[in-house]
Amino acid sequence: MDGAGPPTLAVWKFASCDGCQLTLLDCEDELLALADRVRISHFLEMSSAEAGSTESGGVQGRAALEGVGPYDLSLVEGSVTTAEDARRIRHIRGISRRLVTIGACATAGGVQALRNFADVAEFRAAVYARPEFIATLDTSTPISAHVPVDFELRGCPIDRHQLLEVITAFLAGRTPGIPSHSVCFECKIRGTTCVTVAHGTPCLGPVTHAGCGALCPAHRRGCYGCFGPVADPNLEAMVRQLARDGMSARDVVRIFRTFNAAAPEYGPVPDVAARLAPDEPR
Amino acid sequence: MNGPASRTLQLGALARVEGEAAVRLRLKDGRVTAAELRIYEPPRFFEAFLVGRGHTEPPDLTARICGICPVAYQMTACQAIEAACGVAVDGPIAQLRRLLYYGEWIESQSLHIHLLHAPDFLGCADAVELARGHRRAVERGLRIKQAGNAVMELLGGRPIHPVNVRIGGFYRTVSRDELAPLADRLRRARDDALETVSWVAGFDFPEASFDGEFLALHDPGRYAVDSGAPAVLPAPGGAHPVRGFPVDEFEQHVVEEQVPYSTALQSRLDGGRHLTGSLARYALNGRWLHPTAAEAARAAGLGDPAAGEVCRNPYRSILVRAVEVVHALEEALHIIEGYRPPPRPHVDVPARESAGCAATEAPRGLLYHRYALGPDGTVTHARIVPPTAQNQAAIEEDLRRQVQARLARSHTAVGDEELAALCERAVRNHDPCISCSAHFLDLAVERE
Repeated sequence: MDGAGPPTLAVWKFASCDGCQLTLLDCEDELLALADRVRISHFLEMSSAEAGSTESGGVQGRAALEGVGPYDLSLVEGSVTTAEDARRIRHIRGISRRLVTIGACATAGGVQALRNFADVAEFRAAVYARPEFIATLDTSTPISAHVPVDFELRGCPIDRHQLLEVITAFLAGRTPGIPSHSVCFECKIRGTTCVTVAHGTPCLGPVTHAGCGALCPAHRRGCYGCFGPVADPNLEAMVRQLARDGMSARDVVRIFRTFNAAAPEYGPVPDVAARLAPDEPR
Repeated sequence: MNGPASRTLQLGALARVEGEAAVRLRLKDGRVTAAELRIYEPPRFFEAFLVGRGHTEPPDLTARICGICPVAYQMTACQAIEAACGVAVDGPIAQLRRLLYYGEWIESQSLHIHLLHAPDFLGCADAVELARGHRRAVERGLRIKQAGNAVMELLGGRPIHPVNVRIGGFYRTVSRDELAPLADRLRRARDDALETVSWVAGFDFPEASFDGEFLALHDPGRYAVDSGAPAVLPAPGGAHPVRGFPVDEFEQHVVEEQVPYSTALQSRLDGGRHLTGSLARYALNGRWLHPTAAEAARAAGLGDPAAGEVCRNPYRSILVRAVEVVHALEEALHIIEGYRPPPRPHVDVPARESAGCAATEAPRGLLYHRYALGPDGTVTHARIVPPTAQNQAAIEEDLRRQVQARLARSHTAVGDEELAALCERAVRNHDPCISCSAHFLDLAVERE
C-alpha cells in the first residue's frame, strides 16, 4: 500500500483445520482477479513461493520467519496452543502492517479450546501412549490474547463474501462493512420461519453473531453458534428459552461449548444454566 | 553445501499441503539412514473431548478436524454411530449422502490437482504463477472445484463444515427441482474434467514405485466411497491374493503407534507399511469405474482398469485423481437423475449402550471412526484413524527410496536445494492432510 508494487498479503496458520484459509481458495470466481490486485506473498497452503529457506545446521520446527515480510495485510487462522506459537504470533505481528484474524479458532480459541475446561494432561494421555513427547499449552487462546488485532472475522468457518469484503476494505483503507447484529436478523432478512417459535427447536440465533446468512434455520435446525457471541448477549433470556425448549442445564452448557467455547461472553453460561435450566432434559 | 560424508540440511516449510510438518533426512556415506515425516501440528485432542458429548454431536464436532474434507468426517461419524445404534440408512437418504460426498471428492481432488500438485510438474510456485502460462487450465480447475462446492452448498448448506448433516440423514432434503440446475453444472464440469485428464496425461512423470500394500474399501460392483469392507492388495511379488477384513476388525489390523518426532500417530497394517488413497482405490476398485472414467484412464496411459492394472507411481497419483473426478461427476449425475425425495429427511436413531465403527473413503484415503456410547447416548470412547496417519510410514519409505535413488544416480554431490525439491514433491504426491493427522513441513537433512 505504501510502496510502489501491489499490496502484499500473507496468510498464517496456527492450530486449526485449514478451513478458513481454504475459504480464500474457495473464492473461485474472484481468486485470479484478487491475485492481480494483491501480491499473495506468503500462503503456504497455496504457494511454495516463500516456503522458507534452505539452510544448514540444527533441526527446526517451523519455517524460519527471519527476513520475511513485511506484509501490508496478514490474515491469521488458528489459535495459540504451544509456547512456540505464542512467540511466532508476536513475530508475525511485528512484520504485519494490518493483522486480521479469520475464524473461530483465531478469534475465540476454536473447538480446541474445549481443553480449557478440562485437564490437558488427561487429554494427552487419552490420545497418546507417550504423552511426554507432546508439547502443548494447557489452553487454546485467541490471537488477541497475545497481540493487538486490527479486525476479527468470525465464523467456523468464515463466510467467503465477508472475507472478500474484509480484504477489499483493508486494501482500500476503510473499515470492513461487517454487520454485528444477531443471526435472528439474518433469518428475518432471508424470510426464514423462526424454528423456535414455529417448532420449539432450541436455537442460539438470538445470541449468535451474524455472518452465515442464517444457514441452520434455513435448513430447519437451530443455530449452533459457530459465529460466536454477539456483543452483550442476553444469556438469561436465552437460557430460559432453551430450558423451555427442553434442554437440561448440562445440554445448555454443552451447546455453548462448541466452536467458540472460550469466548468470554459465554463465561457465565454454567452459572446461568444452573439457575434457570432443569437438571434433566424434558 | 554438499558436505563430504556427513552434513545437516534444514529446509523451510513445505507448501501446498494442508497443514504443517517437516521432513528430516539423515545421510551417511551417500546412504539414507533415516527419513522421518515430522508432524508438528499442535494436537487438538478431538478424541478426548468427544468423550462426554451426546451421540448426535460427533458429525458437527469431527467436521472441524479438517476444513478440506469435513464431509468425510461427518459421513464416517454418522455411519459409526448408526452402527452402534443398530440403524442402517438406505434409499434416497443414502443416495443424497453419497452425492454430498462426491461433491467433496470433486472439490477436494480438483483443488489438489490444479492448485497444489500441477505447479510441481510445470515448475511453478503456485496456481497464480501457473495461471500466467496455463490460464485456461487453472480456470477450468476452478470451475470443476466450484461445481463440487455447489453440490456441498446445496446439500450441506456450505462447502466447509456443512450444517445440514445429522445422525440418520439430513435436517432438510432437497427437491428434484432444486437438484436439476446442478446437473447442468456437473455436466459442464464433467467435460472440463475430461480435458483435465488429457492435460495432466501430458505431464512429465518421474520414475518411482511404491512397493508396499494398498488399503481401500472394497464393495464389489462399485468404486467404493461410503460402503464396503477394507481390502488389501499385497505388495508386488507377494504371493497372497487380495485379502479383506470386516471393518470392526480394523483396529486389530491397522495398529497405531506413537513416534517421538510426530504429533500424529503412525499406523501399520499387519506390521507393514501401507498406502491408502487414490492409488489404492484405483488398484483395488478400478474395474468398477464409470465407463467414461475408465476410458479416460486408458487414454491417459494408466492401462486398463478393467483388467486390474495397477498404478504404483506416486507421481501419477495426479492422473488417478483426475480420473476419479470424472467418475465422481458421472456418479453424481446418475444419482441426480434417479433421485426421488425420501418421505422424511432422516430416520430416527435412538441411543443405546453399544459401540460401533465405520470406514469411508475420504479423498485422501480410508478414514476410520469408532465410538462407544453409554445408555443415554453419551460418548464414552472415540477413536479416529485418518488417512494421513496411515500413510505416514509409506511416505517416509517413499522419501527414503527416492532420495536414495537420486543419490545413487549421481557421482557428484547432490545439493540441498535439489534434495529439498525432491522431498517436497514426494510428499505432495501423497496429498497429505496434516491438519487431520494432528499440520508445517520443514526439511532437515543430517549427514553423519
